[in-house]
Amino acid sequence: MSEVIVITSGKGGVGKTTTSANIGTGLAMLDKKVVLLDADIGLRNLDVILGLENRIVYDVVDVIEGKCTYKKALIKDKKNPNLFLLPAAQTRDKDSVTPEQMKELCNELREEFDFVLIDCPAGIENGFKIAIAGADRALVVTTPEVSAVRDADRIIGLLGASDIRSPQLIINRIRFDMVKREEMMAIEDVEEILAIDVIGVIPDDEAIIISANKGEPAVLDKESSAGLSFLDVSRRIAGEEVPFRDLNLKEGFLSNLKKLFKGK
Amino acid sequence: MLNIFGANKKTASKNVAKERLKLVLITDRIKASDPMIELLKADIMEVISKYVEIGEDEVDLSINNEDLESGEGASTLSATIPIKSFKSRI
Repeated sequence: MSEVIVITSGKGGVGKTTTSANIGTGLAMLDKKVVLLDADIGLRNLDVILGLENRIVYDVVDVIEGKCTYKKALIKDKKNPNLFLLPAAQTRDKDSVTPEQMKELCNELREEFDFVLIDCPAGIENGFKIAIAGADRALVVTTPEVSAVRDADRIIGLLGASDIRSPQLIINRIRFDMVKREEMMAIEDVEEILAIDVIGVIPDDEAIIISANKGEPAVLDKESSAGLSFLDVSRRIAGEEVPFRDLNLKEGFLSNLKKLFKGK
Repeated sequence: MLNIFGANKKTASKNVAKERLKLVLITDRIKASDPMIELLKADIMEVISKYVEIGEDEVDLSINNEDLESGEGASTLSATIPIKSFKSRI
C-alpha cells in the first residue's frame, strides 16, 4: 500500500527540505521505493541537498504541462537505486501548477512507488495548498522556538480543514543541553502546546550542515545523532515500533565516566 | 537578578516561551475561526429577532482573553446587541 506524505512547517528554515531528504533516503535504505517530489517551485533545494543538482533535465512543471512523462523527469539517486527525485522548476512560479494537477500527479506516482514524499514550500499561500492537495498524510516540522511553534500551530489548523488525516510532528534541532537548563522548550512542552503526536525528535547536529555541504543526507552517516534519529522516523513511517532514543546519551556517558574516575 | 547557580526555575526562559505561546495561540486560533464567529452571530441574531427588534448593523460579537493575561480565567464571549423595540407577542 503506497502513501503520499507531505512535509510541511509554515515557517521557513526549520528543516523541511533536510527532513524530506533524510526521511526519503532512510525509507529507501529500508528497501522502500521512494520518490521525493520538490513542490517548492521557484526555490528548489532538494536537488542540492541530495547532491543531484547537475543531473536535472526536466522538472515537475514540465511533467504537469505534458512536455515529458514523469519517468523522464525522475532523477535516480547516486547511491540508492530505490530513491528518485522529481525536481521543482526553478524559473517558474507557484501558480504554474494547480491543486488538481498535483493530485493527479501524486496518484500517478502512487502506482509505482511505496512512498511519495512532498517537500512543501514555506508559507500558507497557494504553494502550500498545491503541495498538500494530493497527500494522505502530513508531517509538520518545527523547532522548539516560539516563532516556529506558532507557525506550526497555524499549519496544523489549516491541515485540519483539509482531507489529510491527523498530522504528526517532527521536533527538529533540539538542544538537550539547553533543555536541561530549561532555556529551551522540551519535547513534552511542544507536544502539549500543539497537541499532536510526535513522530520524531532530531537533535541539533553539525553533521546536518556538513552533509548538506557534501550533498549526502546525514542519515547515511552512522555516527550522526541527527542521522540516526531521522532513520528512526523512517522506520516509524514504514510501520515499525521504534522507541525514542535517549538523546542525553552523551551527557550520561560523560557523567558515568566521571563517576568511574571518582571511584563511585 | 543574578543567579550564579544557573537558571532560576521560575524565570527559566522556556517557561516564559511556553506561557507566551499559549496566550498568542489562543488569539491566533480564534482569529483563524472568524467564519465560525460569523455563523454564530447570524444564529444568535435569528433567535433574538423572534422576540425583539434589533439594530442588525450594530451587533458586535467578540471573544475576549483579557483575563488570561493574569494567568486566571477563561476566554469570554460577549455580544452587544442594540434593541430597537420589543415585539408584542402573546
